[in-house]
Amino acid sequence: MSTLEIKDLHVSIETEQGEKEILKGVSLVIKTGETHAIMGPNGSGKSTLASTIAGHPRYTVTSGSITLDGEDVLEMSVDERARAGLFLAMQYPVEVPGVTMTNFLRTAKTAIDGEAPALRTWTKDVKAAMDQLRIDADFAQRNVNEGFSGGEKKRVEILQLELFKPKFAVLDETDSGLDVDALKVVSEGVNRAHATGNMGTLLITHYTRILRYIKPEFVHVFVDGKVVEQGGPELADRLEDEGYDRYVAGAGSAAEPAAV
Amino acid sequence: MTAEATEKARIGAPSIAGFTEEGEQLVSSKVDHKHNDGTTVMASRAERLTSQNVADFKLPDGREEEWRFTPVRELVPLLTDGANDDDALRTVVEAPEGFQAAPLAIGQAPRATTLVPADRAAAVASANAPEALHVVVPAGAQPEEPVRVVLSGQGAGKRSNSHIVLEAGAGSKSVVIIEHEGSANHNGNVEIFVGEAAELTVVSVQLWEDDAIHLAQHDALVAKEGVYKHIAVTLGGKIVRLNSNVRFSGEQAEAELLGLYFADAGQHLEHRSFVDHNVPNCTSNVLYKGALQGAGAHTVWVGDCLIQKQAVGTDSYEKNQNLVLTDGCRADSVPNLEIETGLIAGAGHASSTGRFDDEHLFYLMARGIPEDVARRLVVRGFLNEIVQKIKVPALEERLTEAIESELTAGEN
Ligand SMILES: Nc1ncnc2c1ncn2[C@@H]1O[C@H](COP(=O)(O)OP(=O)(O)OP(=O)(O)O)[C@@H](O)[C@H]1O
Ligand SMILES: [Mg+2]
Repeated sequence: MSTLEIKDLHVSIETEQGEKEILKGVSLVIKTGETHAIMGPNGSGKSTLASTIAGHPRYTVTSGSITLDGEDVLEMSVDERARAGLFLAMQYPVEVPGVTMTNFLRTAKTAIDGEAPALRTWTKDVKAAMDQLRIDADFAQRNVNEGFSGGEKKRVEILQLELFKPKFAVLDETDSGLDVDALKVVSEGVNRAHATGNMGTLLITHYTRILRYIKPEFVHVFVDGKVVEQGGPELADRLEDEGYDRYVAGAGSAAEPAAV
Repeated sequence: MTAEATEKARIGAPSIAGFTEEGEQLVSSKVDHKHNDGTTVMASRAERLTSQNVADFKLPDGREEEWRFTPVRELVPLLTDGANDDDALRTVVEAPEGFQAAPLAIGQAPRATTLVPADRAAAVASANAPEALHVVVPAGAQPEEPVRVVLSGQGAGKRSNSHIVLEAGAGSKSVVIIEHEGSANHNGNVEIFVGEAAELTVVSVQLWEDDAIHLAQHDALVAKEGVYKHIAVTLGGKIVRLNSNVRFSGEQAEAELLGLYFADAGQHLEHRSFVDHNVPNCTSNVLYKGALQGAGAHTVWVGDCLIQKQAVGTDSYEKNQNLVLTDGCRADSVPNLEIETGLIAGAGHASSTGRFDDEHLFYLMARGIPEDVARRLVVRGFLNEIVQKIKVPALEERLTEAIESELTAGEN
């Protein structure tokens, strides 16, 4: 049983107009086996939270903490965080020229496990995982994300989730850009990973439609860099009906508008 | 996301779509153009001056089409007609018994029957290399080990001109590796004959020291059913400019011109290829891949491909891909495809320059891969496509190591 704990996290970025605070005190605790959904309007800071957990250099933590089983995540480099068991399925997966998927997957797996995977079983595992996510076999020979469609990129993120077996997965709008069938296939992948009982999930989304397939125990409403309300799955249903207007209007009294 | 892909084609370079069978439009494209920078675009590669006579070539000033990317001012010593310095270059040949023939004097056939200089550097080399190394792979021979020619420059600025003639006899199958190391101001011509149904791979490896300058013209003539592969591997040298050219003397012949280069800060590495489809039913494939890293790293690829009117049934493709690893690099990439007949199996070109940037690095590191491994992964993966085609395990290993040490050098 592992715990990922985010405490009063404040995060800023450098902009042309100077430093801008985006996360304004976020606290969350996620345990193995739990699924937490974070829902919030555009620009509320959801991706900022996800990228900060992964350690993207653009984001500066000005105060607060992130710990994994008590270990200070903020002290770790990006690759150390991944090896410690954190995984970020990105909203916009990056195309990496020159590196085939096969080569990439094997290198990453080796880095995460600290030893090379057994060649015979690995090749089989990769193929089986690709099959289940309906990823064509010839993707293995293509460069990482290069020329993949938006939906294909998302599937490949979940492929990695299944192969790397992280302790905590942060899924940043994995549902956006997916058609209904792909949404189902991808959700099944997440559920398979979850069913191992060794993973906690932080699911970032705008829409409730993915929650038909992936069932969160906790829903957090995120507005203007903060969690403004927490609840169970019923909160998601309410958001579906009412939208974020209520919260945004509330936040609108603050100096900065929350949505862009 | 800063990954960019560019497709450049020369003005007037035709695409296959909409071609008439006779290729009429093309002929009308053979008018002189001007580049924006005032240099002249050649109407057709076929009209390029070739001559054995140094005086026929003016000293270039950098505005000529074929010199416009090159730092010509630094080349004056090499482009000046004059004899070799004493002990400028040492040559060691490793070849099976009987492969090394007597040297060829200027004008002694087959020397100069295939290689006619296409620029001043090659003309200077021809005129100032009184004895050409002559290697002949006998007809039908299939030596197990590659033939190795090691050329060691004996000091920066030392003037060296050389001419090498390689003949692959009919039905033979062989690999010739020409290695360049040390330092010199080197003009090197290589003239290659691929006999009927012979298979010859020529690997020219440039592992020069940082202060070497190397200008080269490698010309091959491929006979009926011959299979020719030329691989330029350029990692070292201050300025390297290598022209790899091929034409055919019989049908059903194949040519593959490949290249791999890695330019560091201050290096100018230029590769030019010219496939002259002068005979029907031949195949060509050109692929050059390069990585650039460090301030002032400059690479150039110019790929000329001419499909002459009589060369029906031609199948040709050319591609250049560059990977830019840091700021301050420049990769020029110019495919020139001229097609004078529509009766061909295929013709195409592609050129792309991609950037490896912090977002790529972040992505790989976010999957647990340490930074140095991530950089190596990208470059090795990218260049491996060429390395794998060398098919000489010992050399592949050495080159992989050399590429990795280029990378580590760039990290410090
Ligand atoms: N480089 C930047 N310069 C200025 N503002 C920025 C920059 N990068 C991010 N922001 C701002 O930070 C805020 C949070 O962005 P973030 O991407 O975290 O939002 P999000 O909740 O993920 O939105 P979405 O739902 O659209 O994905 C936004 O207001 C955004 O405009
Ligand atoms: Mg986002």
